[in-house]
Amino acid sequence: MNIFTIAARELRSLFLSPLAWSVLGVVQFIFAYIFLAQLNTFIQVQPQLANLENAPGATELIATPLFATSAIIFMLVIPLITMRVIAGERANNSLTLLFSAPLSMTEIILGKFFGVLGFLICMAVLLAAMPLSLGFSGTLDYGLLFSAWLGLLLLVASFTAIGVYMSSLTQQPVVAAISTFGILLMLWILDWSSDKVSDPNATGALEYLSILRHFEAMAKGLFSSADLMYFIIISASFLILSIRRLDGDRLQR
Amino acid sequence: MNTPLLISIEHLTRHYGELTAVNAVSFDLKRGEVLGFLGPNGAGKSTTMQMITGNLAPSAGKISISGIDLLDQPKLAKAEIGYLPEQPPIYKELTADEYLRFCAKINGIQRTAQASAVDKVVERCGLGDVRSRLISNLSKGYQQRVGIAQAIIHTPSIVILDEPTVGLDPIQIREIRKLIRELGKEHSVILSTHILPEVQMTCDRVQIINKGQLVYSDSIDSLNQSMQATTLLVQFENPPADEALAAIENVKQVDRLADNRFRINFTTSPAKQIAIEAVNNNWGLLELSPEQKTLEQIFVEITSSEHNIEQQTEAEDAA
Repeated sequence: MNIFTIAARELRSLFLSPLAWSVLGVVQFIFAYIFLAQLNTFIQVQPQLANLENAPGATELIATPLFATSAIIFMLVIPLITMRVIAGERANNSLTLLFSAPLSMTEIILGKFFGVLGFLICMAVLLAAMPLSLGFSGTLDYGLLFSAWLGLLLLVASFTAIGVYMSSLTQQPVVAAISTFGILLMLWILDWSSDKVSDPNATGALEYLSILRHFEAMAKGLFSSADLMYFIIISASFLILSIRRLDGDRLQR
Repeated sequence: MNTPLLISIEHLTRHYGELTAVNAVSFDLKRGEVLGFLGPNGAGKSTTMQMITGNLAPSAGKISISGIDLLDQPKLAKAEIGYLPEQPPIYKELTADEYLRFCAKINGIQRTAQASAVDKVVERCGLGDVRSRLISNLSKGYQQRVGIAQAIIHTPSIVILDEPTVGLDPIQIREIRKLIRELGKEHSVILSTHILPEVQMTCDRVQIINKGQLVYSDSIDSLNQSMQATTLLVQFENPPADEALAAIENVKQVDRLADNRFRINFTTSPAKQIAIEAVNNNWGLLELSPEQKTLEQIFVEITSSEHNIEQQTEAEDAA
């Protein structure tokens, strides 16, 4: 209940700020452009596909690359949305309101997390509507579409948890944004330095930690519980770290 | 109502690194009492209040609120407290109404009672005209009132206000003080300030904290008593000789000041006798007023004598 109250307040404040609207507008425009570009490519290669045995369908050629590109855009945008959730309140002195009210730190952090996630889910729903609109005039592989979209949501949830934690570390939203971006990018490119360069199917620790690996599998329609656990563990650990950090605000340093 | 003590604080201590901001402070607050918490800047007022409201964990000591230990059961204890920090904790992008509604929710007011709780504080804090405006567009005084409204929305038994009148204009200050007096009728109030007349006007009891230690704690009546006049200020058009004044009954000492003024130390007031003498001898009495020791003087006396306390503690340590 309290979690929902805080989440609703967070979401409301987001929609009252010009930042959220401009992010929503700009990102939606870019998504639409990528979608159109993919659609265009698909129409161009369609005659050749007709000759192929077992040819990839519209979902594979449009939705999967659209979601993969949007993941990068989410990586750029999420730090901007999460940066002020705690750092901003700290700078504003409004965190005291939450601390003085009969709320636990867990409720505060989860409320903030779900508030931001709600906003990002709005973005993801609008994004999913684009490939879904193709369903009017053709057949789509809904299973693949859903798996890729779920992968994107899990990715977004992990990014958000990381963003909330970075925001809980500082008083300046910009610092939170930059450090969140740094971590997300690092997680993304983690496997660049590994054996993957020579062997694309390498399974070292770095490959395992790289967020891209797990997302790619889901975007291909390969839904495995290992990938699901990876995202859940990342989200949960950063949320727990945030709760501990917020608790540390009160304690002796 | 069975526990008369609402807050009981024992040996509260907080360190910031090397610095001891609050050092073994103990005090109680009774139901329906307005407690003034005075101290110079950096004395530890805000730190103490942050600890009582659960915003800071104490390094040592015990805080119990209505008999509930704040550290053991923070949720229960916090429900009894309303807190207005130095900077009102407001969300400027919301309207006053939306904000107070949010505060009602997080303070656990029943869904059905939320609207009436908001209406009640809006009325009490005089926010009726501005309730649908954005908080960012309100003046500082109104923002402060929104802050107070937030602190009392869940009718806590204790309201803690940290320098509530800072940065307000004189009219707003008067209104806020009136509001605090009213709050004192239903809630217990702890008011931190460094404005001394504010304490005289609004509080039942005064505590002075200096360098993290409680140096004075007494009721406002006995404080007023210790400010009783022991000197008279008189001014004459044709001043008499000092001896003539000193000869008047009850006059202990006469100091001649500039502009034909005299300061007269007395045991029991000789004002009447001085007036009679002045008329009889045609001294031309222009002014005759008792000189009150101000709270400022007492404050300075107490806060500047901290080395006495140190000596005392050393003596205690030795013993």
